[in-house]
Amino acid sequence: MGFLPELGQVALILALLAACMQALLPMLGAQRGVAALMAVGRPAAYLQLALVGLAFAILTHGFIAQDFSQRYVAENSNSLLPMIYRYTAVWGAHEGSLLLWALILALWTAAVARFSRALPMPVVARVLGVLGVVAVGFLAFLIFTSNPFERLLPAAAEGRDLNPLLQDPGMIIHPPMLYLGYVGFSVPFAFAIAALLEGRVDAQWLRWTRPWTNVAWAFLTVGIALGSWWAYYELGWGGWWFWDPVENASFMPWLAGTALLHSQAVTEKRGSFAGWTLLLAISAFSLSLLGTFLVRSGVLTSVHAFAADPSRGLFVLVFLGIVIGGSLVLYALRAPDNDANAKPFAAGSRETLLLLNNLLLTTACAMVLLGTLYPLLADALELGKISVGPPYFAMMFLLLMAPLVLLLPFGPLTRWQREDMAMPLRMLLPWAALALVLGVATFFLAPQGGWKTAAGIVGATWVAAGTLRFLWSRWTMPGARLTREMWGMTLAHLGIAVFLIGALLDDGLAQQREVAVKPGGSVTLGQHCFVLKGVQHLDGPNYSAERGTVEVLRHCSDPVATLHPEKRSYRGGQVMSEVALDRGFTRDLYVALGEPLGEGAWALRVHVKPFVRWIWAGALLMALGGLVTATDKRFRARWDDGKPQGVRA
Amino acid sequence: MKTSRWLPLALFVALAALLAAGVWMSRKPDRDVLPSPLIGKPAPEFALPVLHDPQHTVRLADLRGQPFLLNVWGSWCVECRVEHPVLTRFAETKRLRVVGYNWKDEPADALRWLEQFGNPFWLVLADVEGRAAIDWGIYGAPETFLVDGAGIIRWKHVGPLTDAVIADELMPALQQVEAAR
Repeated sequence: MGFLPELGQVALILALLAACMQALLPMLGAQRGVAALMAVGRPAAYLQLALVGLAFAILTHGFIAQDFSQRYVAENSNSLLPMIYRYTAVWGAHEGSLLLWALILALWTAAVARFSRALPMPVVARVLGVLGVVAVGFLAFLIFTSNPFERLLPAAAEGRDLNPLLQDPGMIIHPPMLYLGYVGFSVPFAFAIAALLEGRVDAQWLRWTRPWTNVAWAFLTVGIALGSWWAYYELGWGGWWFWDPVENASFMPWLAGTALLHSQAVTEKRGSFAGWTLLLAISAFSLSLLGTFLVRSGVLTSVHAFAADPSRGLFVLVFLGIVIGGSLVLYALRAPDNDANAKPFAAGSRETLLLLNNLLLTTACAMVLLGTLYPLLADALELGKISVGPPYFAMMFLLLMAPLVLLLPFGPLTRWQREDMAMPLRMLLPWAALALVLGVATFFLAPQGGWKTAAGIVGATWVAAGTLRFLWSRWTMPGARLTREMWGMTLAHLGIAVFLIGALLDDGLAQQREVAVKPGGSVTLGQHCFVLKGVQHLDGPNYSAERGTVEVLRHCSDPVATLHPEKRSYRGGQVMSEVALDRGFTRDLYVALGEPLGEGAWALRVHVKPFVRWIWAGALLMALGGLVTATDKRFRARWDDGKPQGVRA
Repeated sequence: MKTSRWLPLALFVALAALLAAGVWMSRKPDRDVLPSPLIGKPAPEFALPVLHDPQHTVRLADLRGQPFLLNVWGSWCVECRVEHPVLTRFAETKRLRVVGYNWKDEPADALRWLEQFGNPFWLVLADVEGRAAIDWGIYGAPETFLVDGAGIIRWKHVGPLTDAVIADELMPALQQVEAAR
C-alpha cells in the first residue's frame, strides 16, 4: 500500500494538533474556571495517543514490509534482517526512537487522564496541559527536523542495515524501558508545574504523584541496568559502566529521581521541603530532556555516537529553554517556602537524614553533569580538547556515595521529628561490628582484591544487616504493620547491598588476559584454563562469522564450559565481536575473539569476573522495590479533606 | 522575594549558554575529523579482480604513473546513490581517472546497480570479502581517496562527495599533486 507513509505523516500532524489543543484549552479553562474547556484535556490526550500509535504502527509496518522507498527504513534495515529485529529497528536510529519517545509520552498522558478521576478538575486540566506542551515540542521536533516518513525516490533496491550493535535481544527492550523512565518523570514534573500555577502544594496531590514517580524511577533503573548489561557483553570490553556521556545522560535523571523519591516522602508525610521537592521534580524531568538533547544533538561525542545534526541540536535547545527555563521562572516566582506547612523537626530526626540523602544525591548528580560537560566547557573556552575520564567520576562518586551508604541503615530506624540518635546507634552497633569483622576477614582471605573487595563486603553487610534490622524491629513491634511502602524500601535498600557486592568485588577481583593462541593452545587465568579448540567459518542471516570454540577447564582438568565467541562481519561492512559468556552466580567467564594474527593464531581475550551478575541483580531489586512501593494502599486512598470528590464518569 | 529561588534559573541559563556554544561549535565541519594516518603514505598494495572481468586482476602498480581517485561504494549503500550524480558529473570532466572500489558487495548486484544508474568509473575493482579494504582503513561507504602518480595517498573524504567538497577540498589537493610533478 503505497500511501501508508503519507498517512503516517498525516497522523503525526494531526497528533501535533491534538497536542496543541491539549496544551492550550484545559490550561486556559483552569485559569478562567471554564469547565467545558478543562474537559477537553482527556479526549485530546486519548486522541493524541491514538494518532501517535497509528503513526508508530505504520512505521513498524514499513519495516516488516521492507518498504525501501522510506529513507528511514532503507537506512536501518535490509531484506536479510531477521524478523524480530525488523520490529526493533523501528527505534534503532534517531527518527524512530523519537517517535517511540512521543508514543510513550502519549501513553503516560493517557494513563494520567484515565487514573486521575479522584483529583480536582483544575489540577487534572493543568497537568494534562503541561504534558501537552511537552508533547507539542516532541511532535514538532519529529515533524520539522526528523521525519521518519521521508521518502527515498527512487526507492532503494536494498536497504543498508540496522547497526549490528543493536541487533541484540538486550537492545530490544533497553530503549523502551529507558524512555518509560525518562518520560515517566514528566508526570511529577507536570504536577509540580500545576502546583506552582495553583500556588499551593497539596499533600494529597503529592500522595497521588508518588506512585508515578516510583514507577518511572523503576523503569529508568531497569533501562539503565539493561544498557549496562548490553555494554558488558556486546561492546566486548568486559566493563559494565564507562562514564560515557550517553550513560551519564541517563544516570543524571536517575540520581535526581532517587533524591525526588525520598524528598516526596518527606513532603507528603511531614510537609517539609515542599519547595525543594518541586525543584527536584522539575530537575528530574529537565535532566531527562537534557539527556535527550546530549544524545541527539551530537554536541558530545561518545562510543554510542548517534546522528549528529546542528539544526536538531538548535531545535532541542530552544525547546529546553522554553520548558526548563519557563519552569524555573515559575519556580522563582511562585515556589512555596520549604517550611510553610512543615512540622518542625530536630537535628536528630529522619527529616535530617533524608535531607543529607538529598544533598549527597544532588551533589553526585551535579558532579556527573560537570564531568560530562567539562570537555565542552574547555572546548568553548579554547582550553583545548579535554576528556574527563572514569578516574574522576569513580573517585568523586565513591567519595559521595560512601557517606550515603554509611547513613542508609539509620534512615528507616530513625523516627520523624525527633530521635535520640543513641537508639538507632545501639541497634546498629553489633551489625557494624559484624560488617567490619567480615571486611577484615575478606582483606586477608582475598588479598589480591585489596581494599575494594573488603569495602564491598563491609558496605554490603552493613546495608543488608541494617535494613533487615529495621524489618525485624517493625515485625516485633506490637501493633505495627509492614506496609507495601516499607517492603518496597527494604527491597530497594537490599538491592543496594547486592549491587555493592557486584560492583566492588568485580572491580577488585576481576582478572583478564589478552594473548595470541593457535588452535590447540591454551591460556590460564586463576584456576581456569581456556583452550582454543579451533575456529570455523560460519554464515548467519546477514553476516558471515569466524566462530571460535573455547573449552574452559578448572585446574586444566575438569571441563566447566564450552564457549563460542564470534567475530562477525555484517553485510553493511561493520565488524563486530560477539562475546561468549559462561554465566554463574559467583563469577562470569568471558571470552572475546580478536583479530586473526597469521599462521593460524588468533588474538583471544579472556576475563574472569567475580560476582559481576550481582550488579544487575541489585539494580533489578531496586526497581522491584520502586514498583512494590507504588502499590501501597495509602496512595490509592480517596479524597478525605471534606471537599467534594472528583466526579466519577 | 528570595534571591535563592532564582539560583536554579541562573544555573540553567549558564548551562544553556554552554550548550548553545556546543551547538555552535558542532557546526564546524572539521570538528572530530581525524586526519587519516594514511595521508602522505604509500597506498597499500592490493591485487583485486575487475568487477566486469573477474579473471583479470589489477594491482596498485598497474595504476601508477597518473593520479587517480578511488571511490569506495556498494549497491547496498544508500548514501552512495546520493553521491552518484555528483561523482558522474565529476568523472565526465575527465580531470582524472575515477576508480571504483566495490566493497563487500555481490558482483551481480553491483553490475545491476551500475546498469541502472550509469557507470562513471574508469575501472571497478571488486573486494567481495572486504579484506583488502582493511589495509586502506575503510570503515564505511562511501569513502574517497586521492592517490598521486607515485602511489602516495594525498587526500581522503569520508561520506558522500558533494560539489562543494570537490571544489573546496579535492581540487586544491589535486592541484598540489600536479604542481609537485
